[in-house]
Amino acid sequence: MTSDIPEIAPTFRFQWEEAQDCYVILYPEGMVKLSQSAGEIMKRCDGEKDTSEIISELKTTFPGVDLETDVRNFLENARNNGWIRFKSK
Amino acid sequence: MAGLDSNQSKPLWLLAELTYRCPLQCPYCSNPVEIAKYNDELATGDWLRVMQQARKMGATQLGFSGGEPLVRRDLEELITEARRLGYYTNLITSGVGMDEARVKAFKEAGLDHIQISFQASNEELNNYLGGTRSFQHKRDMARVVKELEYPMVLNIVLHRKNVDQIRDILDMTVALNADYVELASTQYYGWSRVNIDQLLPTRAQLTEAEKVAREYQEKMKGKMKIIYVIPDYFENRPKACMNGWGSIFLTIAPDGSALPCHAAAQLPGLEFPNVKDHGIEQIWNDSVAFNKFRGFDWMQEPCRSCPEKEKDFGGCRCQAYMLTGDATNADPVCDKSFHHQQLHDNVDRIGKLSGTTEFESKPLLFRNMKNSKALM
Ligand code: SF4
Ligand code: SF4
Repeated sequence: MTSDIPEIAPTFRFQWEEAQDCYVILYPEGMVKLSQSAGEIMKRCDGEKDTSEIISELKTTFPGVDLETDVRNFLENARNNGWIRFKSK
Repeated sequence: MAGLDSNQSKPLWLLAELTYRCPLQCPYCSNPVEIAKYNDELATGDWLRVMQQARKMGATQLGFSGGEPLVRRDLEELITEARRLGYYTNLITSGVGMDEARVKAFKEAGLDHIQISFQASNEELNNYLGGTRSFQHKRDMARVVKELEYPMVLNIVLHRKNVDQIRDILDMTVALNADYVELASTQYYGWSRVNIDQLLPTRAQLTEAEKVAREYQEKMKGKMKIIYVIPDYFENRPKACMNGWGSIFLTIAPDGSALPCHAAAQLPGLEFPNVKDHGIEQIWNDSVAFNKFRGFDWMQEPCRSCPEKEKDFGGCRCQAYMLTGDATNADPVCDKSFHHQQLHDNVDRIGKLSGTTEFESKPLLFRNMKNSKALM
């Protein structure tokens, strides 16, 4: 799966909510508020970067944090929730 | 969430009832029976202002409903502005008044989601209940909605006349590739209250329906989300109606009156502020109507001293009013309510008569302007 590229699924919307002070996932009649780290990962699921690139980018932004496993787990969960889908290069 | 004072609560959910005009005539429609009174609809500019003001206060979800929102020719314009403001925009429709070009135009305008209602899973019953020949068209529209990659919710209101077909209904939603299915039990206010003798399901019907719903939930896991809630008349605790009065929901009726719930217009002695006269912030924070049942001070016993009041806020104010004559009473669905037995007896009465020829042959009162005038 390492060479795959996550993107937001067309049936969900991801955006910054000023009033909530966080990133959210929106879907029919519902909303999930994301934690800061989840928001940082989702923000990078732009259909351009693959998982490894997202991880190395996060490592640069948040140096000294071992985040590889967390990111992979989060992306797996996000996919199970249908928020993102993977496309191949 | 509720029990918050007005400064902390936010109208996260804006329901815009654009019109009460509708080409269908569903006898369970939750619109007020007084629909004929609402001739004076808000202008486009009023709606744009309402959307802007509510968004500023933190509203995220926006529902365009009615009546049939497609009747409004300015719907495209409203969707465009909704998207620009950053709303997640839901169109709640019967599908009648839609064609492929319009569904495409909505997509371009930025509409996020479409919910289509079906009255039943077969043409004859669907068209009978809706009072129009709409079944084939609804199916065609559902296909178009999916082709354009909208998330699609199919909504079917369940009652005694169609609940036995739940398996067929679910097969239809699977065939149409729905992402979400709402099997909504009829709530007995508005038109369904007038028709309750003809619509209330029996316990046996509900037991069977629940079994089938669970079976499909399991089978469709990860592919289609099925929401099934049993009608609250058969429960012992009320629903946490609207997540608490004036807590997250804001409904604007076609004439511009602002309501904490779409059924609230019937409550006596409350003057609901109109968006033509006041801004949303003032309405939400300061109006008497929106503060009336916030928090817990308005409660009587048994709710007042009940440990569960923070969970269900005493249930539905409209139901309390309709069934007891006093909106500050506990919702009679609750078995601690002094009126629970009475509700229970009525459910039993209807249950016993259901299935008898005479009872079943009583006509339904269809939701239309003519019947509305007669009822007013
Ligand atoms: S429930 Fe039926 S009659 Fe009422 S608004 Fe919806 S489609 Fe129209
Ligand atoms: S008594 Fe009132 S607060 Fe307590 S459970 Fe019943 S409805 Fe809810």
